[in-house]
Amino acid sequence: MSSVLSDIKKDYMVSLLKNGKREDGRGLNDMRDLKIDIGIVNKAEGSCYVQIGDTKVIAGVKCETGTPFPDTPNQGVFTTNAELIPMASPDFEAGPPREDSIELARVVDRGIRESGAIDFEKLVIKEGELVRVLFVDIHIMDYNGNLFDAAGIAAIAALYNAKIPVLDEEGNKTEEQIPLPMRKIPVPCTYVKIADSLLYDPSFEEESVMDSRITVTTEDKGNIAAMQKGDVGSFKKEEILEIVRRSKARGDEIRSILNEKFSDMR
Amino acid sequence: MDKDIKFFENGKRIDGRDVDELRNINIEVGVFKRADGSSYIEWGGNKIYCAVYGPREAYPRFLQKSDRAILKCRYNMASFAVEDRKRPGPSRRGVEIGKVTQGALEPALLLENFPKCMVEVNIEVVQADAGTRCAGIAAASVALANAGIPMKELVPSCAAGKVDDRIVLDLSKEEDNYGQADLPLAFLPRKNEFSLLQMDGDLSEEQLEEALELGKKGCLEVYEIQKEALKKKYVREDDSNE
Repeated sequence: MSSVLSDIKKDYMVSLLKNGKREDGRGLNDMRDLKIDIGIVNKAEGSCYVQIGDTKVIAGVKCETGTPFPDTPNQGVFTTNAELIPMASPDFEAGPPREDSIELARVVDRGIRESGAIDFEKLVIKEGELVRVLFVDIHIMDYNGNLFDAAGIAAIAALYNAKIPVLDEEGNKTEEQIPLPMRKIPVPCTYVKIADSLLYDPSFEEESVMDSRITVTTEDKGNIAAMQKGDVGSFKKEEILEIVRRSKARGDEIRSILNEKFSDMR
Repeated sequence: MDKDIKFFENGKRIDGRDVDELRNINIEVGVFKRADGSSYIEWGGNKIYCAVYGPREAYPRFLQKSDRAILKCRYNMASFAVEDRKRPGPSRRGVEIGKVTQGALEPALLLENFPKCMVEVNIEVVQADAGTRCAGIAAASVALANAGIPMKELVPSCAAGKVDDRIVLDLSKEEDNYGQADLPLAFLPRKNEFSLLQMDGDLSEEQLEEALELGKKGCLEVYEIQKEALKKKYVREDDSNE
């Protein structure tokens, strides 16, 4: 968006925010409609389609076997990849992943990894030699703001959806399938700051004029598993703590939605 | 054939279809907000999204044509769309399919209306189950219409092939993997000409003629589905305006 246009847009948004309003009519702490469709791709071990407002992402899980990293011989390997494909925005270009998609994938990865959502020790087939290698691939289909939350929710739901083949002693696939060893549901919550107001679940327009962005991933007990301040700008300590407090409450709400879906599934 | 498969039973194919029968096809129009035009197609087990951007200024600038817009087609498959994970990013196969897709769609478009511009077609295969290029072309043509790109006609597409020495329409995964020939086609119904033609396998001249005829028939059925999808979209929008 041109800078002149976004200055005008920002003035308009700031004047709305003075009255606690947002351009699309939401309150500051409101989320757009959240839609979660689990298990939409049967070629994937697990999959999930998430829609937050008009933002649409699809995550898929694939599972292979391989050698563990030398420093973690007793753990499976987990890789998260995100693609900002040209389909999703006129500003995304084809080619190898760039800064934004790498940041997105790494923030989602940390939330899942650090919360202990996956029991990596159960992914070992033969210690130091053969382990499961999990890939979570996130496809951004339509970018209308807040990719972090959409991608994070899609990724964890796809992992809960995943069924992997049971292996025999030689590591060959058998017909039997088991769910992944999942233990926790990390949920990322993203806020942006515009003229000292904190807005949850930013839209595309809000992201294009924001001063700064922060993502807080909480886990089931309410502890924080990952955080990321994004873009330029800065936050006060009080603002950070306020966002964490809100993220815990909001994270719990989304966790209970997910829990309900997972219990139907498993 | 490295696998002993019984392709026909009581005259029906493995999935119960007749030789001249398409799989189930469903097209949705206008599924994305950011894109200028978009579509989603389910064709058998294929799930494919298509987004169109443009016309807008072509870049890099050396690609600009002074008398017409260029058409860029990108075909990409999600890493989780197939049984064994596909490495993300461009592949030689994807690049070739993008190129033949462009060749299939361009003859139907009035690109001379937009000098120095580009129209971009993005095809994303989320789940693959044989015949993705044809499904992609059929979806892309509808997305181009949804984007308001002037066109002479829609471009339907579908494959014919040979299994067990018989010519069949719209190969399934097993037929594609273990059959004798695959002939993906796109057809311009008003011009009565083919704009996509690829083939691999083994066909006699007579079999090719039969396959082209059957493929054309399949394309004309896809054409009706494309038109219905567009009608459904725009008739509904009219209703909601009242």
